[in-house]
Amino acid sequence: MRVDAMSGTRLLYNLRFRAILYQVLAVGSIVLLGLYLFSNVSQKLAEQNIATGFDYLSREAGFVISQTMIDYKPTDTYGRAILAGIVNTIWVSVWSVVLASVLGLVVGIARLSRNPLLALLAFLYVEALRNVPLLLYLFLWYALIVTGLPAVREAWEVLPHVFVSNSGLTVPSLVWTRAHTIIFAALVLGGVLAVAVHRRITAERIRTGKAQTVWPWVGLALLLPPALAFLILQPEFTVSLPEKGRFRLTGGSQLTPEFTALLVGLALSASAGIAEIVRSGILSVRKGQWEASRALGLRDGLTMRLVVLPQALRVIIPPLTSSYLSLFKNSSLAIAIGYPDLVMVSNTTMNQTGQAIEGIAIFMLVYLGLSIAISLFMNWYNSRVALKER
Amino acid sequence: MTTATDIAEAQLKMPLRREPDIGRRLLHRTLKPLIGTPVNAVITLVSLWIIWLAVKGAYGWLVTRAVTTGGAQACKMGQGACWPYYEAKLRFMTFGVYPYDEHWRVMLAMILFLGAIIVTMIPRFWTSRLLVLWGVTIVTTAVLLWGGVFGLRYVPTTQWSGLPLSFLLSAVGLALGFPLGVVLALARSSKLPAIRVIAIVFIEVIRGVPLISILFMASVMLPLFMPSGITVDKLLRAQIAIIIFAAAYIAEAVRGGLQAIPRGQHEAASAMGLHYWQSMRLIVLPQALKIAIPPLVNISIGFFQDTTLVTIIGLLDFLSTVRTAMTDPNWVGIAVLEGYVFAAVVFLVFSYGMGAYSRFLERRMRLGHD
Repeated sequence: MRVDAMSGTRLLYNLRFRAILYQVLAVGSIVLLGLYLFSNVSQKLAEQNIATGFDYLSREAGFVISQTMIDYKPTDTYGRAILAGIVNTIWVSVWSVVLASVLGLVVGIARLSRNPLLALLAFLYVEALRNVPLLLYLFLWYALIVTGLPAVREAWEVLPHVFVSNSGLTVPSLVWTRAHTIIFAALVLGGVLAVAVHRRITAERIRTGKAQTVWPWVGLALLLPPALAFLILQPEFTVSLPEKGRFRLTGGSQLTPEFTALLVGLALSASAGIAEIVRSGILSVRKGQWEASRALGLRDGLTMRLVVLPQALRVIIPPLTSSYLSLFKNSSLAIAIGYPDLVMVSNTTMNQTGQAIEGIAIFMLVYLGLSIAISLFMNWYNSRVALKER
Repeated sequence: MTTATDIAEAQLKMPLRREPDIGRRLLHRTLKPLIGTPVNAVITLVSLWIIWLAVKGAYGWLVTRAVTTGGAQACKMGQGACWPYYEAKLRFMTFGVYPYDEHWRVMLAMILFLGAIIVTMIPRFWTSRLLVLWGVTIVTTAVLLWGGVFGLRYVPTTQWSGLPLSFLLSAVGLALGFPLGVVLALARSSKLPAIRVIAIVFIEVIRGVPLISILFMASVMLPLFMPSGITVDKLLRAQIAIIIFAAAYIAEAVRGGLQAIPRGQHEAASAMGLHYWQSMRLIVLPQALKIAIPPLVNISIGFFQDTTLVTIIGLLDFLSTVRTAMTDPNWVGIAVLEGYVFAAVVFLVFSYGMGAYSRFLERRMRLGHD
């Protein structure tokens, strides 16, 4: 048999040989295809006299980006322009994720309400948002803001010093100094400390079996660092209030119509999906769990926190991850309404330099990298809440 | 003294005694969730108020304040829905720049196509004859759209637009993405490392980037990759992008189905002497695909909505023709809401219909397993 396996015809029927053959064929054809495409590209680029490489990133961009989170002037480089686009993408995605999660949680719970009217409203909300394309909503919100709202001169003052007009939402803002940044950092440090203290006390309780009040210690750990920083730095809290002038609003900070439309569109659409995820998560916890927990004497809040939520989270986290990921990717629709996100900045760059391949490669890599980072983080979180099986 | 018979008798009497209360109990059951507790009563009142506002607003806009006669000027003055706009623009919004006199062809093609989809959705018709039906439908639709034979005028793809284009992009994307997706799913669960790695990289890269970037790639980069002298139709480029994108998502749905098939099925197939492709085709895939049907329907709904993104690379899909209609100099700035409401209703009807179908399938499959 072994001798036969080596002979010509039998070789084709040898499973190991076949496995290797298939793989060589697959890899080989991909490499050949790649080489073919590469030769086409280099020929085309040479014909059309288009430069290659990433040198252009350090050249002057020369175009204006209407709103940026980091300092950017048209005299800055293309690299910095793209960075500003990346920051804009992250900025709008983060706020949309926060808003969508809160809305989704509320609507998801409302759908399970025993009150039929509330459940009906939540159902209509979810279906209206899920069955109409996000892009249509983006266009609609943007059109409503720009054409439906009054001009700046007749801006509505919906709350004291909060103005709504067709150039966006203007809200009071704090004049931010370095001292504020330090206090904010101290608050973050306090948060970390508070978590550590809470863990320590819980571990102590489990070891000794003695319960003790937790909140004063946690509160102290949370508030002490920012309080100290505040006392040392003594910063001024100047609030810049928007005022209605003759022709425009002065002061405060402004959310542009593009940002507002994108934020609202992304958050609403994603919240409908998240509501469904939350609903199925809560439904997946059996009624017996509630009953058993009450029989043990736990109050409703504790039952939710210690018994129901940990089990519901197991079901919620994986689909929630993909829903966050698609929100992040959908933020690329910004280009349709003119919010200067990564795709839009890259597009302008590509139009100016003609270097389409590099431009698309950069933004695809950034999206890919950030998507992988989000899913790694969510997988890590998921493994923490997942069922621990022996 | 209570005996067992006493208890039994008492139990027999109990439902009898409750019988007369049924009407009141029903009333109680409907009212309690609405006004059982003060909080509930407040929620009910607020909900009623929201529903009232919505109904009043919609009715006012659609009926009482609506402008039913006159032209653009009447609509500019009016505060409600502009019905003359629909009268003037309905055909453009639906069929776009397809030659006006030939609209009946697209209409017919769309009816045929939707008919074929409805037949496909009914489980009783799930036989190999469906393939024949689809073969006929595809050929007829292509002839109707393209023309150039049987005395029909030739219509180039640059004039294909509107709702038919949206259907075409999503249907062809899913139909051709499906076999590619199945192959990718099989490759990803293959034992051969090189093939598995290729499939994983392909799927994860496509799923990790937005559809827009793939569309950009197809519209900007693809021409660079083609040998000199060969140009690819713009519509075809977008279609290729959508097929590739659909394939990656379909592959993940199918993989979910494949993972649900116990190993015993593979082993039993090998024991019967079936080779890999035979066992996949006859044993594993039929079961795996059945499990994957509900997620596949959900993907289809998503794709029907995602085809709107081709607007961004300049194709005239349904959303795009609706927006183009608004920019008509006679109507500009007058009927913005009207246009978007029309598009939203069309999407809502089709997506909700498919969603309801997916829930029906899930129920049916659950019944099948018990």
